[in-house]
Amino acid sequence: MGALAVCLHDVVFAYGRGRARQRPVLDIPSLEIAPGERFFLHGPSGCGKTTLLGLIAGVLLPQAGSIAIFGQALGALSPSARDRLRGAEMGYIFQGFNLIPYLSVRQNIALPCEVHAARRQRLGTTSITAEVERLAAALGLLPLLDQSVTELSTGQQQRVAIARATIGRPGLIVADEPTSALDTDRREQFLALLFELCENAGSTLLFVSHDRSLAGRFSRELALPVINRAASVREGLP
Amino acid sequence: MLVLLRLAVRSLRSRLLTTSLTVFSIALSVLLLVGIDRLRSGAQQGFAGTVSGVDLVVGARSGPLPLLLSSVFHIGDGANDISFETYAHFRDHPAVAWTIPFSMGDSHRGYRVVGTDENFYKHYSYRGGHAIRFTAGRQPGALFDCVLGSDVAERLRYGLGSRLVLAHGLESVSLMNHADKPFTVSGILARTSTPVDRAIYISLLGVEAMHVDWSDGTPPALGEAIPAAHIDPKQLHVDQISAFLVRTRTRISTLPLQREINTYEPEPLTAAIPALTLAELWHLVGYADSALSLVSAAALVIGLLSMVAILYTTLNERRREIAILRALGLSARQVLQLLILETTFISLAGTLLGFAGAYSLLVLARSPVEQRFGIPLLLGSPSPLILGFGCGIVLLGAILGSLPALQAYRNSLADGLSVR
Repeated sequence: MGALAVCLHDVVFAYGRGRARQRPVLDIPSLEIAPGERFFLHGPSGCGKTTLLGLIAGVLLPQAGSIAIFGQALGALSPSARDRLRGAEMGYIFQGFNLIPYLSVRQNIALPCEVHAARRQRLGTTSITAEVERLAAALGLLPLLDQSVTELSTGQQQRVAIARATIGRPGLIVADEPTSALDTDRREQFLALLFELCENAGSTLLFVSHDRSLAGRFSRELALPVINRAASVREGLP
Repeated sequence: MLVLLRLAVRSLRSRLLTTSLTVFSIALSVLLLVGIDRLRSGAQQGFAGTVSGVDLVVGARSGPLPLLLSSVFHIGDGANDISFETYAHFRDHPAVAWTIPFSMGDSHRGYRVVGTDENFYKHYSYRGGHAIRFTAGRQPGALFDCVLGSDVAERLRYGLGSRLVLAHGLESVSLMNHADKPFTVSGILARTSTPVDRAIYISLLGVEAMHVDWSDGTPPALGEAIPAAHIDPKQLHVDQISAFLVRTRTRISTLPLQREINTYEPEPLTAAIPALTLAELWHLVGYADSALSLVSAAALVIGLLSMVAILYTTLNERRREIAILRALGLSARQVLQLLILETTFISLAGTLLGFAGAYSLLVLARSPVEQRFGIPLLLGSPSPLILGFGCGIVLLGAILGSLPALQAYRNSLADGLSVR
C-alpha cells in the first residue's frame, strides 16, 4: 500500500450542529502518518486528542477539510462504508474498559474477525481459534481464555485489548491512552507487547497519551497543540 | 446479522436475572390474557349449554327472556300457568318428539321445587349431550318422593330418606308450609353446574297432592285439611303446569311450530328458542369479561413498560459497550438493531412462555373447572383476537424497545468513540 496510513488536510471540527455549534475543538492544517510508523501524539487532557481519533476512525465527521485512511477519503464514503473501513483496517485500544462485559476473553479477541470478513480473510488458512490462541500465547493470556473478562486485572484487560486490536492484521492500530490506568512496570511491559504485535501484524501505530515520558520509544512524536490552530485550545497553552 | 443475534443472546444471558424477570412479567400478563380469553369462551359455551337438545321453551304469554329465566334458570316468578289441556295438545302434536313439563311455585329453604315427569330424567341434557345422572337413589316413585339437585343435597346435608317440608311460595322464609305432607328424598342428582343443581324435583302429581286441599291459593280451613295418608293418587289429576320444553322431530319444524304456539287460539302462549334467548342473555351479562380483558391488557402494558424502563436504566452503563462495538466497526444502525433485537427477544420469549403457561394450566385445570363451575375449557386454538394480541405484544415490545435503542443510536453518533 503506497498511500499514507493517515492523511489530514485543513480539518476543522466543532461539536454540536447548526445553532448549537460550539467553537472548533480542532483546526489542523496537516497531519500525515506513513505506513509502518510508530507515531506518538501527545498533549494535555482536553486538547482534542480523542476527538481527533474519532475523526480518524470515521465516527465523527469534520466540518471542513479532508481525511484519508490508506488513500480512502472518509468524506467520500457512506457512513456504513466508513464503519466497514474502520472495522477492517483499524484496531482500537481504549484507555480502560476495553472489553465487552458479557463475552469471554476468547470471544472478545475473536470479535473483529466475526464482524469483518476482511479481518478474517487476512488470517489465510489459520482458523480464528488458532489465531486467538497464538495471540493469547504471545501476550501470556492463554490460561485466561475462557474466563469472564470481569475477572481480569486491568493489565490483563489491556493485553486482551491488544490481541483484539491486532487480530486479522489491520493496517492501523489506534491506542487512546491505553497505559494511563497501568503502573510504571506494567506500562513498560504493555508497550513492549504492543510494539511486538504491531510489528508482527505489520500495522502502523498511532499512540495517543498525555504522558510525554513514553515518547522515546516511538519513531516519531508530535504535540497536538502545536499543529492545532483552534483558538479555544490555544488559549490554554503556556 | 448472525453476529448481532449472537451478541444479543449473550448480552441478555449476562443479565439473566433482569432478563428473566422481564420475560416473566410479560409472560404473566400474556397468561392472564390468554386464560381470560379461554375462560370467556368456555363460560359462553357453558352458559349456552345450560340446556341443550331443546328446540322450544313454552309458557304463558310473556317475553322469551322472562320465560327462559323462570323455566330454566329458576329466576323470577313465572307468569301465569297454562292449562294441562294445552300442554297435552302440544305434547301429542305430530311435530313434537318429546316434551318436559315444569310446574313451579313451591320452594324449600330458598331452593325451587319443580314438578316434572319422567321425561325430565330421560331427555333433559346440558352442554351438548350430558344427561341427568343420579349419584344415589332413583326417580320419584311414590307421590311424596323428591329428587335433590347436587347443591341442595350438599348445602342442606340431605341424604336418601331425608324428610323435607316444602313451603308454599318462593320466599326463602315462608309462612305457609306444607307441614302435613312431608316429602322423602328418593334420589340425588350428579353435579351438572347448571341451575338443575339448585332445584328439588317432585312429580307433577306430587305438586297436586300438596295442594289437594287448598282452594284458590289459600290453605285449607281448620278441620278441612286432608291428611297425606288419605290421598288417593288415582283421584288426583294435573290441571295446570308452568312451562314445558319441546323437542321437535325435525329441526325444520321448529319455526312453524313456534308460530303455531304463539298464535294458539284457546290460550295465549309464548314459545322461545332457547339458544337464541341464551345468546341474548349472554350479551347482557357479557360485559364483565371485557372488563377483565381490559385489566389484563393494562397489566401487559405495565410489563412492557417495565422492560423499557430497565433498558433505559441500563443504557448509561452500556454506553461504553456501545462505543467499543462502534470502534470494532459496527455501524450505529447495527447498534440500534442489536438493542431492538434484545427487546424483541424478551417480548417474544415472554409471549411464548405466557401461551405455553396458559395452555399447560388449561390442561391441568380443565376437569376440575368443568366439574366445579360448569365452564368447559376448550384446548382449541385461541381466538384470532388473542393470536393477534400475541403478535401485537411482540411488535409492541420491538417498537417500545426501539425508543431506548434510538437514544443509544443518537448517543453513539454524538459520542463518537468516547463517552462524554
